Amino acid sequence: MALYSEKVMDHFRNPRNVGVIEDADGVGEVGNAKCGDIMKMYLKIDDDIITDVKFETFGCGSAIASSSMATELIKGKPVDEALQLTNKAVAEALDGLPDYKMHCSVLAEEAIKNALDDYHSKQASKKE
Amino acid sequence: MPVTKLKETTALIYADNAATTKISEEALNTYIKISKEEFGNPSSLYTVGQTAKEVLEQAREDVAEIINAEPREIIFTSGGSEADNQAIISAAKIGEKNGKKHIVSTAFEHHAVLHTLKKLESEGFEVTLLDVHENGIVSPEEVEKAIGNNTCLVTIMFANNEIGTIQPIKQIGAICREHNVLFHTDAVQAIGHLPIDVKEYNIDMMSASGHKFHGPKGTGFLYVKKGIKIANLIEGGAQEKGKRAGTENVPGIAAMAVALKAANGGIKEHTDSLKAKRDRLIEGLYEIPHSILNGDAERRLPGNVNFCFEGIEGESLLLLLDDKGVAASSGSACTSGSLDPSHVLLAIGRVHDVAHGSLRLSIEDDITDEDVEYIIRSVKEVVEYLRGFSPVWRDLASGKKQFIL
Repeated sequence: MALYSEKVMDHFRNPRNVGVIEDADGVGEVGNAKCGDIMKMYLKIDDDIITDVKFETFGCGSAIASSSMATELIKGKPVDEALQLTNKAVAEALDGLPDYKMHCSVLAEEAIKNALDDYHSKQASKKE
Repeated sequence: MPVTKLKETTALIYADNAATTKISEEALNTYIKISKEEFGNPSSLYTVGQTAKEVLEQAREDVAEIINAEPREIIFTSGGSEADNQAIISAAKIGEKNGKKHIVSTAFEHHAVLHTLKKLESEGFEVTLLDVHENGIVSPEEVEKAIGNNTCLVTIMFANNEIGTIQPIKQIGAICREHNVLFHTDAVQAIGHLPIDVKEYNIDMMSASGHKFHGPKGTGFLYVKKGIKIANLIEGGAQEKGKRAGTENVPGIAAMAVALKAANGGIKEHTDSLKAKRDRLIEGLYEIPHSILNGDAERRLPGNVNFCFEGIEGESLLLLLDDKGVAASSGSACTSGSLDPSHVLLAIGRVHDVAHGSLRLSIEDDITDEDVEYIIRSVKEVVEYLRGFSPVWRDLASGKKQFIL
């Protein structure tokens, strides 16, 4: 059996939603270069719906695939729903990850939560 | 956006010979022939046992001759790790008997050495791990300084498995002899690639592994200078003069000896052209901005290239190179299943951020000049592609963070 599922390799080779949103409504960055994984998520949100999402990742194959899959899972979804996204859901959507790579899916979940937190705090400061 | 997936030809460029080599036709044929014709147990008295014994002893003679040792100084093992374990544990036992419980080694040894030393530390031994400096070479003066009255062993690898740097073994051997301390060297990466003379180099014990020079996996040997009392790791029958129990892997050993003869015989013929290919790879990869060669440029194995590229991670690099038909390796944490990148790269002073983006190419002379250019092109493409969506690279390129390389 190969290290990664076909789905992981597909998202690694052809990552969806790669890039940057310059005027993003929420940006989240997690991980650090010391550990070898950094994910950055950019969200565009209109009426509490995630209308666009982009990512940049420094990391291994499963980190890139997890980021890509996570963006697919939240694109077009309401913010509340995106907040419910778990790392398990990301890993399952990829047809599983090796045990020692599960932390990549955790990073993807955290990156999204981080970006949504950023969005919420920006919203809050706008209201003030 | 994704990089082109497959190279035009489906041929594999195998550039990971430090991990393992393909068994040679000659070794494979020997393995099959001996398995069929000399299937007897060398410990048996009847003819088919005794002819197997002859094959075994011929292999011992052949291996001994190549390193300028005597046949009785060769113990066949299952590979390099077993040989390392047995050598170090034996020296520790001898030391303990004489009240000497200090061992000198280096920070970038193979784990077969480092983990054995760790175990000995937990049993009360003191271990000094010498600095290997940024060029990946141990200083003989520092070896000498580290040796004390209670030192029972110096164990330093012949050439490093990741960055290929060749250690001043002859000088270290002379120092150990002068101070009357046992000297072991893990020569797994060197033998078959560099000429080795255990007498000239004052080596007391030396480990070797068959599959690193086109022999079969699961074979290896330990050279032990006569007079040194070796401890057993495996108890049982009287094989290998009672020092390594278990029915001998006769076909494997015979095949290993054939492979070693061929590898050693080819050193002169291949080294110059291999070095030229290596140096072209180094030159080509240096065209990638913010990259660095790991280990001394000159004093390294003729087929070893090891680079760090800032802003990318090694596993992604390897997977995409694999898609292009290039098999290589990396010292990235993600390729090992641990959180830390290669201890070798950390030992030469590479910081974590940079060490994650490493690439090792270990080539042999069978690759063509076109292959070399193809590898350079492929690595350039993949590094550029990965940097294109690396948040680390973005911060570096925009000046938000300082480049390390």
